Amino acid sequence: MSRPRGTTVPTHETVAAVSTRPDLRRGDEGEGAGSKPLVFGVEDVSVYYGGFRAVRNVDLAIGQQEITAFIGPSGCGKTTMLRCFNRMNDLIPSARIEGTISYHGVNLYEDGVNPVEVRRRIGMVFQKPNPFPKSIYDNIAYGPRIARLDGDMDELVEQALRRAALWDEVKDRLKDLAMGLSGGQQQRLCIARALAVDPEVILMDEPCSALDPIATGRIEDLMEEIKSSYTIIIVTHNMQQAARVSDRCAFFTAEVNETSDTRTGILVEFDRTEKMFSNPADERTENYVTGRFG
Amino acid sequence: MSISAPLSSGISAEAVRRRLHGQRFDLPGIVVHVALLLSLLFSLVVLGVLVYDLVSGGWDVFASRFASFLSGTMRFAASESGIAQALRGTLWIGVFVVALAFPFGIGAAVYLEEYAPDNRLTRVIDINIRNLAGVPSIVYGILGFAVFVKTLSGLTGGRSVIAGGITLAILVLPVVIITAAEAIRAVPDDLRQGGYGLGATRWEVTRTQVLPYAAPGILTGTVLSLARALGEAAPLILVGAVVGRLGSNPGLFDIGSLDQRFTALPIVITYWAGLPQPDFRALTAAAIVVVLAIVLAANAAAILMRNRYESKRG
Amino acid sequence: MAQLITSQPGPGLTSADLRGDPRRMRKETVVRGLLFAAAATSIIISGLIVYSLVRETWTFVSQVDWALVWGDGWFPRRGQYDIKTLLVGSLIVTVVGLAVAGPIGLGAGIYLSEYASARVRKVIKPTIEVLAGVPSVVVGFFALTFISPEIIQRFREATPQQTMAAAGIGVAILIIPLVASISEDAMRSVPRSLREASYGLGARKVTTVGKVVLPAAVSGLVAAFIVAFSRAIGETMVVFIAAGKSGGSLFETNPLEPGLTMTAAMASIASGTDSVVGEALTFQSLFFVGAILFVITLALNIVADRFVRRVRERY
Repeated sequence: MSRPRGTTVPTHETVAAVSTRPDLRRGDEGEGAGSKPLVFGVEDVSVYYGGFRAVRNVDLAIGQQEITAFIGPSGCGKTTMLRCFNRMNDLIPSARIEGTISYHGVNLYEDGVNPVEVRRRIGMVFQKPNPFPKSIYDNIAYGPRIARLDGDMDELVEQALRRAALWDEVKDRLKDLAMGLSGGQQQRLCIARALAVDPEVILMDEPCSALDPIATGRIEDLMEEIKSSYTIIIVTHNMQQAARVSDRCAFFTAEVNETSDTRTGILVEFDRTEKMFSNPADERTENYVTGRFG
Repeated sequence: MSISAPLSSGISAEAVRRRLHGQRFDLPGIVVHVALLLSLLFSLVVLGVLVYDLVSGGWDVFASRFASFLSGTMRFAASESGIAQALRGTLWIGVFVVALAFPFGIGAAVYLEEYAPDNRLTRVIDINIRNLAGVPSIVYGILGFAVFVKTLSGLTGGRSVIAGGITLAILVLPVVIITAAEAIRAVPDDLRQGGYGLGATRWEVTRTQVLPYAAPGILTGTVLSLARALGEAAPLILVGAVVGRLGSNPGLFDIGSLDQRFTALPIVITYWAGLPQPDFRALTAAAIVVVLAIVLAANAAAILMRNRYESKRG
Repeated sequence: MAQLITSQPGPGLTSADLRGDPRRMRKETVVRGLLFAAAATSIIISGLIVYSLVRETWTFVSQVDWALVWGDGWFPRRGQYDIKTLLVGSLIVTVVGLAVAGPIGLGAGIYLSEYASARVRKVIKPTIEVLAGVPSVVVGFFALTFISPEIIQRFREATPQQTMAAAGIGVAILIIPLVASISEDAMRSVPRSLREASYGLGARKVTTVGKVVLPAAVSGLVAAFIVAFSRAIGETMVVFIAAGKSGGSLFETNPLEPGLTMTAAMASIASGTDSVVGEALTFQSLFFVGAILFVITLALNIVADRFVRRVRERY
């Protein structure tokens, strides 16, 4: 069983980071999340699917223009948590969330907030590349068209593809079906597609799990490049990837509920990545990052 | 030691081979296989015999007076009779089915698959549609008679092709819904997620992703339903299609007379099949060839289209 | 000019910014309403069916002389409404139909599911589906002009041309595709591992199919038969054309004689004359028979649905 929440995030820095209260945001050593404006504040969030509790009591703080990685074993609620940030879980009829997730101080789940608008501002890239069965051009133009962004669509498509480092590879075949691209190209197309609607945040759900190491490397380079303009949260199984790309890391694990034999995800530790990998505060984190996790 | 030498256990390779080959002649297996194959071929044989029998039966009519058979009206003499009025009725029934059953059916399928919350009402609608699909067609005729011929006679003109067309549209509606829903269910969830993730509304995802992907499947279902409606006779008899000689013969596109009495191809076939004169046998066969050409061509096209898309998408 | 990175929200973001375009949202609401209305139409249709049947059926039930409902034959224009004549007529045609279509359809289903190569399936399955699309008037005429003289009368010359047996075989032609496809589905949903377990023990194909696949698929096969029964009992035109009696019939139990079913009796009343003349309740008797048919088929479909669901739950 896990220890009480407070003891799992013992450092001064992360205590500051998990709080969205302005008085606690200041006063840290200057290089923590507090130095960057806060994008998301997650307070005591639990997610349920019907009667089953998938994640419980999560507190997090996501800083602007940082890459935050969610790591942990399978079935510990990382993806569930990620999908709360753009309200994708709303699409699952039985899903329900408790606690608050604030986006620039606005509670994403309060009345009047429209999930459609939330998802326009907070883009998503999925585990398996999922280009639409349309041309490369139409894939990129899809989001701007439904959001009725006006302007020069050709230019917008080019910009999005350039940002995703795909332009040079596809500029001569924009009218070809996107399915004809390689897996890695398809995933970069999906990133370009997400960038085309001008989001502030990109959520990435294991974006490289279906890709080979070379394609993975290109996506990681891409993340590094666009980091200056976007806030990124990435779920990954790959600890080397988390160590390479992320500024902060959240380690989740699952606790087994003895009565119902179900697993509920909990957040064990949230800190700067180098600290998580060099000197984690929690023994479970250490076991996991050193590969001793069973 | 050579390979064919006895193995250490003392069994020769030949003996092992014999055992592994087992019984040469598996009689029960072969009998069952042949019996099953015959039951499968039965349908093909029936279809072949049926088509051959009817085409040869109606051939003389086509050979001697193809044009006057299609353009002629129903007469006492078989040699002068034609199916103009029947074609008109069947055409308009098709129009009603396309105009009513398709939009309502596809709309209902979209609602059930993409929108409906998982609640009691949805389950009731779902079960209700499956039960409607099993209601015998003649019972829909009763519905058509009571509602469209009697209660709403002011709108339909009573025993008219309007009443018949609406009745058949209702008859095929459950099938349209079920097949369209199946096609929509086969749309990969990736596409929906991609759309929603970019900030599309439910209808935008449906219109731009789900429906285009499901279109071939939906089209197959609708074409099959249309073919079924064009071949139906029982509900039309209840709705008052004229099983006999129809006097009037308005033009094919004479919309003003849609509220008049009518007939349709399957009804004419029923009427002629019941007449004792042998001349009308050939005429019935000829009319059947026309209806089969329409219905089977639509069926075959729909089925081939579906199979093509299925294999394309794996 | 569309530019990327134009509107990074700062701390000044308010919940009003997350409301979305009201025009798009209104459209969403309207579309949702229209689609719901389309789905709800099916409930209205069910209501209309019940409404159509109940009114005149009630008139019939409340006014008829019940001695005539269990009497000497179905002659609605003479005021004789012996319902058992129709029930038995329907039963005979249906049983003949199932006796023919059951084994053949099941055999075809087994072959398609267990024996057929992908190529054979690809050619034969569409053909069977095409057969399923043949209109029932066509099969009725075929039963009258081919099955009866070329098959039944060859065996027994004295048989009339229009018989319940001929109609039953016609009905069988219509329901074979149905039996074949439902039973094929049922067998295909039996998990591969079960078959492999049997083959792994050295069983032959016949044994595997007979002892493993069929028993595992039994719920689906039962469902196939019930759906086929329901379809057969509701089939109208084949019987109307090929079973012989129209207008009225004495109680008849010999399949090789003409007979009258519930459906054919209804079609006869409706097609008889423009305004149904005769006994006062002739017209209402049509609804009475329709109500009985509706209840029977509904019950059968509900039971079949249970069996289909059982298959789904198990695998």
